[in-house]
Order: sequence, then structure tokens, then C-alpha cells
Amino acid sequence: MTDWTIWVEWVVKGFILCMILLTGFAYLTLYERRALARIQVRVGPNRAGPQGLLQPIADAVKLIFKEELTPGKVYKVVFLLAPVLTVVPSLVLAAVIPLGDKFMLFGREITLYVADLNVGVLYLMSIASIAVYGIVLAGWSSNNKYAMLGGIRSSAQMISYELSLGLCFVIAIILGNSMNLNEIVDAQRDMWFAVIQPAGALVFMVVTLAEVNRAPFDMPEAEQELTAGYHAEYSGMKFALFFMAEYQKMIVICMIAATLFFGGYREFWFLKDTFFSVDSVWTIGSWQFKAWFLGPIYMLLKVIVLLFFMIWIRATWPRIRYDRLMAFGWKVLLPLCLVLAFITAVGILLFDLLGNPMLIWGVPVLSMLCILVVVAFIYRDLRRKSHGRV
Amino acid sequence: MAQLEEVTVDLYKHLVSERALTGETMLLNMGPQHPSTHGVLRLLLELDGEVVVNCIPDVGFLHTGIEKNMEAKTYQKAEVMTDRLDYMNTMGNNLAYVMAVEKLVDLDVPPRAQALRVILVELQRIASHLVWLGTSGLDLAAMSMFLYCFREREQILDIFELVSGQRMMTTYIRPGGVWRDVPVEFEKAVRDFIKIFPKRIDEYERLLTKNPLFIDRMVDIGYLSKETALSYGVTGPTLRASGVDWDLRKTRPYMGYEQYDFDVPVLTEGDTYARYLVRIEELRQTLRIVEQALNKLPMGPVRSDNRKYVPPPRSEIGLSMEALIHHFKLWTEGFLAPNASVYSAVESPRGELGVLLEGDGGPKPRRVHMRTPSFDNLAVLPELVKGHLVADLVAILASIDIVLGDIDR
Repeated sequence: MTDWTIWVEWVVKGFILCMILLTGFAYLTLYERRALARIQVRVGPNRAGPQGLLQPIADAVKLIFKEELTPGKVYKVVFLLAPVLTVVPSLVLAAVIPLGDKFMLFGREITLYVADLNVGVLYLMSIASIAVYGIVLAGWSSNNKYAMLGGIRSSAQMISYELSLGLCFVIAIILGNSMNLNEIVDAQRDMWFAVIQPAGALVFMVVTLAEVNRAPFDMPEAEQELTAGYHAEYSGMKFALFFMAEYQKMIVICMIAATLFFGGYREFWFLKDTFFSVDSVWTIGSWQFKAWFLGPIYMLLKVIVLLFFMIWIRATWPRIRYDRLMAFGWKVLLPLCLVLAFITAVGILLFDLLGNPMLIWGVPVLSMLCILVVVAFIYRDLRRKSHGRV
Repeated sequence: MAQLEEVTVDLYKHLVSERALTGETMLLNMGPQHPSTHGVLRLLLELDGEVVVNCIPDVGFLHTGIEKNMEAKTYQKAEVMTDRLDYMNTMGNNLAYVMAVEKLVDLDVPPRAQALRVILVELQRIASHLVWLGTSGLDLAAMSMFLYCFREREQILDIFELVSGQRMMTTYIRPGGVWRDVPVEFEKAVRDFIKIFPKRIDEYERLLTKNPLFIDRMVDIGYLSKETALSYGVTGPTLRASGVDWDLRKTRPYMGYEQYDFDVPVLTEGDTYARYLVRIEELRQTLRIVEQALNKLPMGPVRSDNRKYVPPPRSEIGLSMEALIHHFKLWTEGFLAPNASVYSAVESPRGELGVLLEGDGGPKPRRVHMRTPSFDNLAVLPELVKGHLVADLVAILASIDIVLGDIDR
């Protein structure tokens, strides 16, 4: 195999991945608006094209042609750099996520991920953290008090929630016995990690909401308090870049959630030896082929379902207050994640030592108990705080 | 491009603490264009981090000179201005003003008109509370609440359109009665609303009342003590959430409120959550009033037959010379009111809405003054927000339910 074809493969795959994320972002905005509208007894955008399918294009055209204002007293270099710093990590984040099984094309094996990193999970952690720079710098360079408050909020929020996020990653690493995302997906062939560690998956979803600044943790932009937070001074395409980053991060984080806890591109674990499996071989006439293309489809379905939960939460829940958000992160989620990681590790260790499969099932039971205890404590706290009015 | 002048702390140094002068605290200008100041209210905030040290409301951005304008109009025509006052409570404003006029010239109102006024004003109260519920939900980012509330408000506005031809600026309640009798569809429309609305209140409550995040945002925020509330002249649900049982419909009944059986919710906690609960309960009680008033809606005329003040019905004009003369005189010159001054007040959704009306013997008032509840309620805001976060400020501001048209007049 010649060396340059590898480069071609990387470039093509990277390009396709970027395209997927960009279109995904555009249609996620439409999806969100339509889903929100349905929840809120509205119709939503349905004028541009059938079912409003051309709405994202109309939005993009509008944003491109909008005047870009640069306020007088901003720190220009940083002001221009911040949107880029935000959007790039959200794009490169997806590089290690396997979107499907490998297959043969033109006599060479094509893998459906851009990079196969041994420490894929670490890569996710580190890149996800970089994105906060863009937000902080945008808030700071705007020379606007609202934007600055938004930037400060987001840095504090992201730093404290990244710890819990990391511990959720640890759970998946322990269960999958690897930091490589492909191996984590393969380890879920027999059982999704969301079944073994449902509490972990739940906490992961909560933490990711905070990580991508989604409601009810959308502190940095908190429209009602900080008008638009860190991007208050941005307009036109620069604003669109922030918007893009947020929605791409939503998609990617849902991909990560699917990969770590919901079997990645794999089918439901109980379908593993059936026709619907990614590993199955389909026969049409005399033509036999591996059903690798089911992988991306499953991934897409999982992402859509997970995204719906994010939208649903946004439609229903009030925003948490900033100080309570920090308290929730440090006093509730972090200890909870530690306990969950501990339970998982002990469960796996005991299973390895004693070989009793019942031990594995102790993990979900104990973890769910932990969650229930936490919820009970939160409710007790609320009841006490509300002087018995609830 | 003209260089903008830097606004310095010196301008405000008599209003803020000394720490602001050294730069230890930050001055933040919230409004007049801000999504959660409910209009064009400007709040100058002194922040320590995100904690509010000082809050200085700055009103007047919506000043339209309504009171002054009314002095240049006859008594009937001035009523149109009252709609623009508190645009969430147009029927109530009409009623307050019309009651003052009736008191000034000593007009009687037939019972059917009284009952219709009660129904419409109470429906308006529901509509206003719905806007409050929706926007205060929106201020906490519970965005669906807004649209659910507006769905029901739409039904009420449709009823208003049915009776008056207008959705918001109704001017339906007139001196001596109402504009004209309600159409036959009116009763069914109101009954439909009465039937559907209790379920909808439960729906709102399911979304908010016991929601942990909502409780977290509301409980123990913006405590208003009974004494502070009374000393600032706070009225309405905001006062009743602080433990003062004061509702003009009960304490000084007008328009026959004494014949209806309803409770006035009073809570003693005085925080944002209590104000929320009081208003939610008011939605239910208000619906009870509407139902009772509709059940015993008497038949009969809807306008006083005192032709000196109330224009004759259209049908009479073609038959009677006096009717034509009265009609002409009333719509050109207007009626003459005695040289006296009256005050009449109603319980608006926000509190005591009083009208001081001074006649000078001519067809136009010498002075009209509105005692608007939002203005007095807003005055207490700085007391409530001190020591809370900016996010709480938004919740507190929503909970005292101000309307800027009501404040600036």
C-alpha cells in the first residue's frame, strides 16, 4: 500500500465528517425548532420548502448577508479569533468516534472513523475542554459587561462539570477495559453499558447538558438574565459560528453518549445474532455482503433520540440558578460520579475474581439505589427549604 | 462617527455605595432594552460579582402623557386613553375610570351591565395573570409555559373581540353601563372557557409548582415583609402574599362583588413562591366569580336610561327628537360634570387601581390622576433584591408583575 493513499483517505473522511456535522447542525436547528413547536402547540417553520426542509438554508443565507458589526472598543484579534476557537474543537471532536464498522472498498479496508486513537476518550476530554477558551475569550474581548459575566459563568461551569464528565468516561473505560472508542463499542456487543450502568448513562446525559451549555444549564447565554451572554456583541456569520459550535457539540456529545453507553453504531444487544446486526451478512441472490451500512443508520437513530431528550428538557425545565448549578456540580454530581465509578470498578473486579455473573448485576442495582438516594436527598432538601409548602 | 461619551460612575455616585466609586463593585445597566424587564424599564444595578448590592429603577421611558391628554378630552372620549394605561388590564382600567365618572355625575348602572362588567373584568384578570405566568415562566427559561398561557389568553381575547370588536383596546365599559349588549354566542364562549380552564391550571401547576428547579428558583427569594409592603403602599397579590388580607373586591365591594362567593388567597411567607401561589389560586377563584356571575346574569337593559349622560340607543334616534338632540349633544359637547373631586378604586390584577377625577363644571375633567399599582409595587423592588443574584432579580421582577404602561402613564 502506498503512503499517499492513506492521506487521501484521511482527507476524504475528514471532509465527509465535517460535511456531516455541518449539515447535521443545520438540520438540528430545524429539528429543534419543529420539535419545540410541536411541544408548545405551535407549527414551527414550515414555509421554506416541504415541511420547512429548506429553512436552514434560508437561515444561513440570512446570516451570511447580515452586516458584521465589530463594536468600537473590542480587542479585535481575540474578538475575531474567539468564534473560530469555539467552532474548531466542536468539529475535530468527532474525529475519533466510530460511525460504523469497517468495510472493503476498491480493495482496501475503509474504517468509519478518521483517527484510531488508543486514548480516544482522553482526546475527547481534552478537545472538549478547549472549547471553553473560545467562550471565555469572546466574553472578555467583547468589552461588554453582560458578555463578560457570561464568559466567567461558562468557564466556572465547564471546569466544574468536566470533572464529573471525566468520571463518567472512567465508568465506560472500566466497563470497556479500554480507552479506545472502537474497543469500547465492541465491548458492548453483548450488553450496552447503559444497561450495566444506567446511573452512569443518566449522569452522563445530565453532565453533557452542562458541558454543551444546554438548558437547563445554559448559564453563559442565559437570555433572560444576560441577554445573550458571551455572544451578545456578535452578529452575522461570527454569531453563526457560535451557534454552529453549540449545535455541533450537541450532535457530537450525543454521538459520544451513544458510543460510550448505548452501543455506538451497534444494534440493540439482543439483536446481535439476527438479520439486523451490524456483523450479519446479507444475501441478495448470489450477492453476499456484510451489513456494515447499518452502523451509521443506527448511530443516526441513536443521536436523533438522544437529541430529542435535550430538546424536550429545554422545552420543559426552568433554568437552574448559577450558584445552585455550581453546588449541584460539586456537591451532588461529583460525589455521585465517584461512587458510581467505585461501584463499577468493584463490581468488575469481583466478577473477575469470583466469576459469578450475578455480581455484574449488582452494579446497576446499586447504582440506581445511589441515584434514588440522591434524588430523595434533593427532595428532602427542597421540602425543608420550602417550609413544607411542597 | 461621533465619539460616544463615556458614562462615568460620577453620575450615579449619590445612588450607589462607596464601593462602586473605588471600582470594587460593578455598575450594570439592565434595560431599557432587556428581555426580562417587562418593557422599557431601566434598572441600574450595582453588582458584587453577581450579587446585587444596589438596584435603582429608572422609569419614564414609556411616558405617554395619558393623564394630561385626558384633561383635553370629554369624559367619554378620555376613556379611550385608559385602555393604553395598563395594557394587560384594559377592561379593568375602563371600569376604574368609568366608576369614577359615574361617581362624579351620580349615574346608576343597571344590574345586567354590572354583572357583565364583573364577568369581563374577571376574565381580564385571568388574561393578565396568564401573561404574568407565561412571562415569569419565560424569565426562568421555562419557555413552553409562555405558549401554553397564551393559548388560553387567546380564548379570552376572542371573547373580548366577540363583545367589543377589539381584542385589547376594548373601551367596552362605558359610563352608565356597557357599550352594547353581548351577542348570543357570548355565553357559550365563556362557558367553554370555564369548562376547559381548570384543567389547564392543573397543567400549569404540574409543569411548575412542584418542579424542583422552579422551587429552587422561587422559594426564599425576594422576601417582602408585611410592614415593608404596607409602608411602600404595595397592593394586590404581592401584598396578599405577605400576609395582608386586602382585596378591594372584599373590603370595599363595588359592582356587586358582595353577591359572589369567592375566597381571597392570602399567604404569609412573602417570597416569590408565595406570590406565585397566590396568583395561581386567584386564577381559580376568579373563575368561580365568572361562573357565578354568568349563572345569575340578569336580563334587562345594559345602559342607564339617564339621557343626560348616556347616549340613547340607535333605534330611538330616528323616532325621537329628544334622542337625536341628546345624541348630538353628548358626542359633540359631552356632558357637564359638577365641580367636585372623586376617587374610586378597583382591584386590578396588580393591585389597587385608583382614579382621581376632578370635574370643573365643564365637559372635560380638570385633572385626572391614576393611582397605578405597578408604580407603587415597583418602588419596593430595591428592598427585595438586595443580596440576591441577578438571576433572582429577574424572578423577583416577574413576581411583582409590573406593566410599564401602568407605571409611566
